[in-house]
Amino acid sequence: MAHAQSHTKRIWNVFWILSAITIVEVVLGIYKPASLHLTSILGTSPLNWIFIILTLAKAYGITWAFMHMEGEKKWFRRSVVWTAVFLICYLVTLLLIEGGYLYETLAPLVKW
Amino acid sequence: MEANIAIPSDSKDTWSGGGNKPFGASYGKMMMWFFIVSDALTFSGFLAAYGLTRFKFIDSWPIADEVFTHIPFVHGNYPMIYVAFMTFVLIASSVTMVLAVDAGHQMKKNKVAWYMFATIIGGLIFVGSQAWEWNTFIKGSYGAVKTTDGKVLQFVKDGHQIALSDFVVGDRMDLRETNTRKNGLWFESGEAVPQYSVAQIMASYKADPSIQIRSEKMNLDLKQKIILSREKGASELANGKFVIEGANLRANEYGNTIFADFFFFITGFHGFHVLSGIIINIIIFFNVILGTYEKRGHYEMVEKVGLYWHFVDLVWVFVFTFFYLV
Repeated sequence: MAHAQSHTKRIWNVFWILSAITIVEVVLGIYKPASLHLTSILGTSPLNWIFIILTLAKAYGITWAFMHMEGEKKWFRRSVVWTAVFLICYLVTLLLIEGGYLYETLAPLVKW
Repeated sequence: MEANIAIPSDSKDTWSGGGNKPFGASYGKMMMWFFIVSDALTFSGFLAAYGLTRFKFIDSWPIADEVFTHIPFVHGNYPMIYVAFMTFVLIASSVTMVLAVDAGHQMKKNKVAWYMFATIIGGLIFVGSQAWEWNTFIKGSYGAVKTTDGKVLQFVKDGHQIALSDFVVGDRMDLRETNTRKNGLWFESGEAVPQYSVAQIMASYKADPSIQIRSEKMNLDLKQKIILSREKGASELANGKFVIEGANLRANEYGNTIFADFFFFITGFHGFHVLSGIIINIIIFFNVILGTYEKRGHYEMVEKVGLYWHFVDLVWVFVFTFFYLV
């Protein structure tokens, strides 16, 4: 790998993109426009969906560019990414369903 | 016999898996990636548990914008700004780290050293900021009354939360003071007694009709905490058990006890990762300066610690979203 070509320009590009996303998140988080914040779509407010999608975009940028996942062999990449993504989706789905049940069904019957 | 041996073991450096590189990745790099997968699952376990608890208490969860409102040296109400700064610091230190890796690929020792140095400084600023954030959170800024049935009552005037010291007058009425070794029993010092007593707050509340009480329950349509009427507030306050200022693991002035517990646990666990990342970075930094990797012929060690450092940044991106934004 000695004297490989430099990727400095791309690194700074990714940095500016990640910063811009963070700034958008912060501005939305401070002002919380009512049309996004107080309405509901697919179980939560559109604002929350925007935050989650932007977060995933940032995670993609960090993993692919900074951790250089884009340069790894296809099946090595998949052994890491697919494993994590599948298990996390599984866990989060079950726990959030359970949390909703605790609030809607159990809470009226139980005093915590 | 040869068929049973997966890796030829005639070379001396079998600890690192020898010269074989499955998937084109070295042993160390691959194991770092698999460690990161397992650590990511640990963090997602915590965050998912946080999500479950938040769904369970969806109608009484504290609003982040009302809890984290401080920035150092400045008075006033500035939600988000400080954590945004912390996020930015961590992203910037991620960039210097990846620049160090890039310089390592070109065997530029001085550049690697300087970028590593910048990364370490960024990490130190981040943990310092987190320490300040914890300190502010633990000290609290308003104070509240916890009732016997577990509610946290906060005080508002004209719709804005006010501190106990803004309206509580008169004396405590219960003659309590903090026992220290000097004025209490000689063999023990007592628990710290809050500045105001519940009875004193009750009297001050009754004396000033402009004060209202805010319950922890949320109006789910407006996503704001419900402000109680004066009479309802008085009846809730009659159940007051103790005064709570700031946060600890048993109670906090912001709302549900478990909110502060999760905050301490998850940001603490992440901060511990940052701290260990800084220590590993310092070790690698000195190795770079000593020329260890120059002699070895490659800077892969910088790449491996870089993976860990980026992972810490990655986790923070999620913590930031789920604690401060959503």
